[in-house]
Parts: sequence; C-alpha cells; structure tokens
Amino acid sequence: MTMASIRKQNLILPALALALAWPAPAHAHLVSTGLGPVYDGIGHWASTLEDIIPVLVLGILAGLRGAAPSRQAMFALPLSWLLGGIVGMLIPTSPELSRPILSAIIAATFLAPGLLALSDLPIPPLAVTSLAATIGLIHGFLDAGGMRGEGATTGVGILQFLGMYVVLFVLMTLLAALVVSLRQPWMRIVARVAGSWIAAAGLLLLGWSLRGVG
Amino acid sequence: MKRNPPWSLRKFSTWIWTLFVALLLSAPPAQAHILSGEPVSFASGFMHPLSGWDHIIAMVAVGIWGAQLGAPAIWMLPVTFPLVMSFGGFLGLIRVALPGGEHTVEFGIAISGVLLGLMVLGEVRPKIWVAAVMVGFFGLCHGYAHGYELPDGQSGLYYSVGFVIATGLLHASGIALGLIHRWPLGRKALRVCGAAIMLGGCYFLWQAFNPEPESTATPPIPTPAAKSAAASFEAGRSNVALIPHSRDSAQLEYPKTDGLIYSAT
Repeated sequence: MTMASIRKQNLILPALALALAWPAPAHAHLVSTGLGPVYDGIGHWASTLEDIIPVLVLGILAGLRGAAPSRQAMFALPLSWLLGGIVGMLIPTSPELSRPILSAIIAATFLAPGLLALSDLPIPPLAVTSLAATIGLIHGFLDAGGMRGEGATTGVGILQFLGMYVVLFVLMTLLAALVVSLRQPWMRIVARVAGSWIAAAGLLLLGWSLRGVG
Repeated sequence: MKRNPPWSLRKFSTWIWTLFVALLLSAPPAQAHILSGEPVSFASGFMHPLSGWDHIIAMVAVGIWGAQLGAPAIWMLPVTFPLVMSFGGFLGLIRVALPGGEHTVEFGIAISGVLLGLMVLGEVRPKIWVAAVMVGFFGLCHGYAHGYELPDGQSGLYYSVGFVIATGLLHASGIALGLIHRWPLGRKALRVCGAAIMLGGCYFLWQAFNPEPESTATPPIPTPAAKSAAASFEAGRSNVALIPHSRDSAQLEYPKTDGLIYSAT
C-alpha cells in the first residue's frame, strides 16, 4: 500500500462517515408522515365500531359452533375482508350509498350472526363460513369506499387493508378460540347473551336507518 | 375433605365489592375528540334507559325475577327483554302504530313495575313461556317508548350500542342482586325489593292515569353556564350539548332554539 492510497483512505472514510452521520429530519412526532398506511389499517380496529362488532359476533358464533367452523371462519373472514377491500379499491367508481342504506347494511351484519349466536342453532360449518365470508366481503367493500372517499390511492388502500387483515386474523382467532374453550354451560350462555345484545343493537340501528337518519 | 360450596358468601361479597369499586373508579367519558357526535351519541344512548325510574325498576326487576326462577329463566328473561325492547324501539323509531296507541304503551310501562314487583314479592313461578311472554310484552312497551322519543341528529350506531349496553347492565345488576336468594335472609331481602318495586310501579301507574298538566310558565332565564355554552356554540367551538332526556315530570323542558336544552334547576 502506498502513502497516496493510505491518504485517500484517510479522506474517504471520514467523508463517508460524515455523510452517513449527517442529520436528517427526524419526523419524531409523525405530524408530517403519519404512521403509514399499514399502521393506519392496524389502528382502524380501534376506531371503527361498525367493523369491530361484526367481528365480535362472528367470533362468538363460530366459537359456539365448535372448532371446525372456527378454523374455517378465522381464515374466511379476514381473507374475504381483504378481497372485498382490494376489489373496492380497484373499482374506479362505486355506487354512492346514502347513510341510511349504509346503516341498514351494517345493521344486517349485526343482526344475522347475532340472532344465530343467540339461538345457538346447530347450523352446519359451511353456513358459518359462508356468513363470515359474506360479511367480510361487504365490510371490506364498504371500507374501501370510505377510504377512496377520503382520497386514499389504490396502493395506500391496499396497504391499509393488509394492516387490517393482520389484526383481523389475530382477533378472529383469539375470539373464536376463547369461545370454543368455554366449558361451563353458564359461560356459553354469557356468549349467547352477548350475541343477543349485538342483535338488539342491530335491530335498533335498522330502525334508525328506516327512519332515514343515523 | 370438605369442599367449599360453589358460591360462598365470601366469593359473592368479593364480586360485589369488585363491581362496586369498578363503578367508583370508572371514569366518565372525556369526550376529548368529539368526532361527529359519536361519544355524545354513545353517552346519550347509554343514559336513555336510565332516564326514568319506571324503566330502571322494571329492568332490574326482570333480572331479579330471573335469578329467583333460576335456569333457564335466569338468562332467558334478560335475553328476551333487551331483544324485544329493541324490537319495540324499532317499531317506535319507524312510527308503527300499536293497538291502543300510546295508552297501551304508557299502561304497559306503568303496569310492568307493579306486576314484576309482584312476581318478585310472591316468588311466583309460572311456566317459562308465560314469564317470557309477560317480560316480552313489557319489553315491547318500554322499547316503543324509547324508540319514539329518540332524538335526531345522533349517530344511530353509537346510540344503539350505548342503549343496549345500559339495558343489559341493568339486567345484570338485577341478576347479581337476585343471587342472594340462595340464603334465607337474601330471599326475604329480595321480597322486600319486590314490594318496593311494586310500590314504585303503583306510583307510576297512578301517574299514568293522572298526568300532570302542562306548564304554562315562561321559560326561565338561562343560567350563566348555559349562556357560556350558547356563546361557545355560536362560535362553533363546541359540539351540541345534550342533557339526557328525562321522563321525570319534575324537570321541565323547553323547545330547542340553538341546539341547547335549558332545564329549570
């Protein structure tokens, strides 16, 4: 190694270190960047009651029906929600639904599984899976409509749905597993009572929508 | 080896103290980020079943009676009542006319306290379907009245959820209270509760047949707090302030002018 090459190294390395260490905007308080679309999707569940309630009641219903429907539903619901969301984001325009019609649709997604959970009817696993898939498609599509209404691009929306999918899968798994694990009869009754409350809320919401408000 | 009974007094009192402490520590909604009125709607919906003692005593009585009757009534009645009540609310919301109109509803609400109190007092044990039909009819009347009175301009979803949760919690408190029937002293205490509920029901029944005349008094001067709220409302800095609607005739209500309801206090 010559002296010239050593001097060059002595200059390059500090220059490189200086360039790497040059401070950039920290965006520490996420005012300008936000958390990002994936985390927005993750946080969606903490702020959207109309989406969390169907997940809750479907988890209860699947758990009440047993392990096999729960295993199917824990994949069917998140995947269909993701699929509905992606389809919704890819469609350039979607029909404008008025607030009462939206409320009626959401009410139906509370009412149907809530009544089934309350009654504890021995419906086949495929019925539970189909119901979960249908509700997932509907809510995914509606969420996509809401996101596009707020100006989200297709790519951002899909990333949000990926974040939502992750949390939804975990939520559905935990809920269904919890209900499946209930052994005491009174605990199953508590789960059915929870289903009845959700059905009751859906019925009231349906009334609001038919009245043309809310 | 002697096993502890499944529901010992100590375990029961632990539950009661836990519930009591939880209620004491439960913070009221901060409403720090009111978005389109959702928290207001939830609070309003939650408070609505608590807006009148006639509703409260009926719902608690259902829980107590269910606990007295035991399984399956202990869960069937508290399931029937909210669901049928919501159906009644649904009918009230869409303004379906019931046979007999509002008189049926008022009478049903008033008589519910009397009959349910009587059931608790007498530890009456009818067939389960009879109890369910009775509770269902009362639930329909209560729900219809709630649905008819529901205010516009709120989030239907949050209101409905708050409403159902409050109703369910009232039943749960009745069931928790009814669990003391396992002990002889508890059975007597429940019968005393039933008598009190029945007396309350008699009072409301009497009120239903003897309504107070509408007040012709002029609206009072708004309180300083109401003036300040009105000023901030005009400045667009605050959301609509709602005072939970009360069916208590002692609290007068005046027409909304600027989104605030003034009450004579």
